[in-house]
Amino acid sequence: MNFGTVIQSGIKEIGAHWFRSLLTMFGVICGVASLVTMAAFVKGKENLLRESLAETGGLEKITVESEDDLPDYQKHLEGEAKGVTLKDVYALQAGAPMVHDITPSINKSRYRGYLRVSRKGRGARPWMLQGTWPSALEIQEHEIEHGRMFTMMDDLLANNVCVIGTEIRNSLFDEMDEQGETIIPIGERILINYVPFTIVGMFKEYMSDEDRKKKEAAKAAGETRSRRNMFSRGGDSNTRRTQYIYYQKNNAIMVPLNTLVAKLDSSYETGSVLDRKLSEITMKIEDVSLLSPSLQQVRNVLMRTHKGLEDFEFETQEEFADDITLAIHNERVSGMFIAGICLLIGGIGIINIMLSSISERVREIGICKSVGATTMDVFTQILIESVVLAVAGGLAGLAISPILVNTLASLADDTTPPIMTTQAMLIAFGFSALIGSLAGLFPAIKAAKLDPIQALRYD
Amino acid sequence: MALLELRDIHKTYHLGGETIRALDGVSLDIDSGEFISIIGPSGSGKSTLMHILGCLDSPTSGTLRLDDTMIHDASSRQLASIRNKKIGFVFQFFNLLPKLTVRQNVELPMIYSGHSGKERRERAMTALRRVNMEDRSKHRPSQLSGGQQQRTAIARALVNDPRIIFADEPTGNLDSHTGELILEMFDQLHNEGRTVMLVTHDPEIAAVTPRRIEIRDGKIANEADPTLAGKAPRFEQITNSEAKPTT
Repeated sequence: MNFGTVIQSGIKEIGAHWFRSLLTMFGVICGVASLVTMAAFVKGKENLLRESLAETGGLEKITVESEDDLPDYQKHLEGEAKGVTLKDVYALQAGAPMVHDITPSINKSRYRGYLRVSRKGRGARPWMLQGTWPSALEIQEHEIEHGRMFTMMDDLLANNVCVIGTEIRNSLFDEMDEQGETIIPIGERILINYVPFTIVGMFKEYMSDEDRKKKEAAKAAGETRSRRNMFSRGGDSNTRRTQYIYYQKNNAIMVPLNTLVAKLDSSYETGSVLDRKLSEITMKIEDVSLLSPSLQQVRNVLMRTHKGLEDFEFETQEEFADDITLAIHNERVSGMFIAGICLLIGGIGIINIMLSSISERVREIGICKSVGATTMDVFTQILIESVVLAVAGGLAGLAISPILVNTLASLADDTTPPIMTTQAMLIAFGFSALIGSLAGLFPAIKAAKLDPIQALRYD
Repeated sequence: MALLELRDIHKTYHLGGETIRALDGVSLDIDSGEFISIIGPSGSGKSTLMHILGCLDSPTSGTLRLDDTMIHDASSRQLASIRNKKIGFVFQFFNLLPKLTVRQNVELPMIYSGHSGKERRERAMTALRRVNMEDRSKHRPSQLSGGQQQRTAIARALVNDPRIIFADEPTGNLDSHTGELILEMFDQLHNEGRTVMLVTHDPEIAAVTPRRIEIRDGKIANEADPTLAGKAPRFEQITNSEAKPTT
């Protein structure tokens, strides 16, 4: 029997009951569409998380933070716990060769303590004011686009210099002047907690690849329109809120560590700057494979300087990476589960309709057998019909999935932008074909086994 | 060598613990080119015999040969192939597929024998021309009269050029005039040299064939003497009598 003829007759059979077929396909359509949609959203989220992992220093970054809660057996020594200090930084520089770019920092956020940044009556709401060393640039994956980073000399002299993110510029100045030129505020004075600072450098604008493409496209589309776009960007904070990491980096201000301690720290702590409690010490290892020996080395040095007090804790990006993998995995599994149930129901719908279709056609099958259809011919015909039904549903599902993805993305626009992948579409389509052939199996066997004489007598 | 050769065919059914002997030792030879009828009351086993002869069913015991194929031990795939290429069926209830057009119905056997679309169309049209149905080729069975449907069914039986044509009560669902035309058509096919077997309960219909075999209780009760073939009633006589529909 000719294969093309079988498929043709399968399509004809489905077309003859197109409404019934459409209802039957609905399960498969939903299954395929939800599978593709789910995959698109998870993929979008995964990409964003991976991008932000790279943006925060990649897997090579280690952070040591002060920990106020001591382990139980050291509780009585709480008074002695000072947290991490500059002493630790120097000790690590001397005693931990496996890590480099060891960078101390004191972070002030507007949520903890007082933080006010202003210029000529305009204010900015920085994510964080960081007093740190120049190496922070590298370790936090920052890039200076205009001007320069402050130097160790600035730190030594506690100069009132700062480096700002582009959003701070947007708030205090504007993104562009009347001529449409980008404002570069190098050399301008701003007030941080009413202390004047000079801007010596500005970071580049951080955004996801997706947004960058959009922005470039808008720029290419025309100067006037692009300018309006740029200004209206201030209003659509939703996408930016989701892209938290870019938001954080664009709203950062960095000043030299000593400047922060000497000019801005309102806590009346006494004693050497060496004893000042740091928010964190960040550093990089040579290679991800050396993570655990490097951690051990850092730990050994710190246990010495802290006289055995465990008032510090490590934070590695590996945990972040694991979290990403786990979160993505979980979402994928739960999404697959839902789509799988949809496809299963679709498959059962197909079994159901194929069974009722063959019981309607018992006589027809008998006729076919009497004129020479083999068991295999009948089997193939019913199976192909079921596959055609499922594949048609699958194609319809693929066709509506971009609509579904876009609708969902626009309904909830503070989610991450979904990314539809060909791989997911192929898998979903393959599943629909598989469901079709599995669902067709039982009805096809049943039809093929019909006795021609009984079938011919049937009405 | 005979076209069909049956030797001691038995067929038994088991219905609720009861054994029914539908065929009880039937032996029969049919030569190529014969026009033959099998006659018997309902329940006599004539339908079972036709099903076995037509490769729709297999005997419980006994041997059956068609051409040079031993049918009693053929696989279901072989049986399907024989039904397809060597046997044509015409049924009482026409048994056309309602969703297909007349031409597509006639093409059906050729789909299973794997002919190309072009060849199928050409041969189907030839067969339809043979039964004077070529102008109805695009109609559906439901748009045709009974006689036209039966002619379509005959075209379908002819299309693969079979060795033998079986007709099971072919006039049972037709009025007498149409039935007579259909019988005439079988007679013509016989005159063209084809082997045709009619199965009927009606002695008047059986009378048109030169050879008649009567089945009773699963046995051949009486085979009319072939030498009497010439004394069979002529068509004119039959047309006056009423062909009763059968159940």
